[in-house]
Amino acid sequence: MDYFLELFFGGLTRGSIYALIALGYTMVYGIVQLINFAHGEIYMIGAFTALIVASVLTFYGVNTVAILILASIVAVIYSSAYGFTVEKIAYKPLRNAPRLSPLISAIGMSIFLQNYVLLAQTSDFLPFPRLIPQFHFMEPVSHIFSSAELVIVVTTMVAMVLLTLFIKFTNLGKAMRATAQDKTMALLIGIDVDRVISATFIIGSSLAALGGVLIASHIGQINFYIGFIAGIKAFTAAVLGGIGSIPGAVLGALILGWTESFATGYVSSDYEDVFAFALLVLILIFRPAGLLGKAETKKV
Amino acid sequence: MLEIKNINAFYGNIQALHDVSITINEGEIITLIGANGAGKTTTLMSISGIVTPRTGQILFNGETISGMKPDKIVRSGLAHVPEGRHIFPYLTVMENLDLGAYLRKDKDNVKKDLEHVFTLFPRLKERMHQAGGTLSGGEQQMLAISRALMARPKMLLLDEPSLGLAPLIVKQIFDIIKRINEEDGTTIFLVEQNANLALKVAHRGYVMENGRITLEDDAKKLLVNEEVKKAYLGI
Repeated sequence: MDYFLELFFGGLTRGSIYALIALGYTMVYGIVQLINFAHGEIYMIGAFTALIVASVLTFYGVNTVAILILASIVAVIYSSAYGFTVEKIAYKPLRNAPRLSPLISAIGMSIFLQNYVLLAQTSDFLPFPRLIPQFHFMEPVSHIFSSAELVIVVTTMVAMVLLTLFIKFTNLGKAMRATAQDKTMALLIGIDVDRVISATFIIGSSLAALGGVLIASHIGQINFYIGFIAGIKAFTAAVLGGIGSIPGAVLGALILGWTESFATGYVSSDYEDVFAFALLVLILIFRPAGLLGKAETKKV
Repeated sequence: MLEIKNINAFYGNIQALHDVSITINEGEIITLIGANGAGKTTTLMSISGIVTPRTGQILFNGETISGMKPDKIVRSGLAHVPEGRHIFPYLTVMENLDLGAYLRKDKDNVKKDLEHVFTLFPRLKERMHQAGGTLSGGEQQMLAISRALMARPKMLLLDEPSLGLAPLIVKQIFDIIKRINEEDGTTIFLVEQNANLALKVAHRGYVMENGRITLEDDAKKLLVNEEVKKAYLGI
């Protein structure tokens, strides 16, 4: 039973990180119908930014929790700037081009950012300081659910709640939903669609950066390639849940996290990806639009 | 109030509008009639800034609006009810209406306008919390007009408000359009395929054929014009 619970919470943690990244994919897709393949790289850049900030602050002897918070804030801001700029450079000029063009541009952006970090940093794995503190009250259960996992799960939940409230109740959130549903009409009621798109990229990048910092300080090492793998997994999660749907992305991410965790635990870690993608194929056969996706029918 | 001066608009290499000029005075209901594909919708889209005319000029209250971004044009007092209604299907009726007032900061007046809209279309109040996509065609048209009114526009652009609706609903909607013009003093530019209906509520009318304005006259005169009768009124 303990083993099961350990795998359960491990999967929940994994799923939370996937969810943070998957939201960026799904929100961007919902608004501009583009798979932003460079999104995983934004997550990776978030982790690297946090590493640099953490190294500097550690040098000055700042307390670990303060480092975690400051590094997260800097990573979020820096990654948002990247997300914003990537959209302006690689996607905006192609807004009215055939849909394949921005997709290729996204892949190009992804390769560019990976290699840019590879050259600017190194191809080796770099150790990342374990910034998440160990809580005393978690000690009795730490063999099945660690403090770091708790922090990741709780942070993700808070981020989701804030995002939901933002989208439901703020003016910008309403504008985002309107733009996702009908771009022409959004323009006609005076929504500055370019601004909404930028905001979407910024929010998605922030969440990804947060995921990057959390997972890096949990696992303890990063390299330039982590964004690619996590990006593919999060993208899978978004498709699994129904791309364009926010609750779908979270659900898909959790299912994927659990599938991988249980497959690793009960079968073999070699099979984690096999199970993850087999699940994707199965779900898409029976529900082509994803679990919570809306089939493409419209009342005219 | 609105002056369209010799605009030419293109979709790729295909010219959709040829030297279109239309003048609308404050307080008028002007209608633009013509067959499917004549360029009526393109004319409205040019006014709203969705289509940018290649040459020519559009003035609204003396200010050049051609080439401006759509949100600036809405801000200057134009509201557009597009063909096919374009209700946000997964937003509630209330959220659709709220978004109509997206650019407004005067919350108190927005509330008053909401009340006003509900007196014009009591049905919308009953359906307030329902998703827009679940409304009937007629209700969606009422919502589309109401959403535009929530911007408190000086001028309302209506594209085919009768499209696909039952005659009884059409009559109801046209009565409201008249009321909006007479009671609120909102200037209305009405694009319609249903020429008979449009010419009955309008003060003046323009006839469009293949992207060109071919006739312009008082609506009453157009109603008895032989060519118009033959081509558009089916008499």
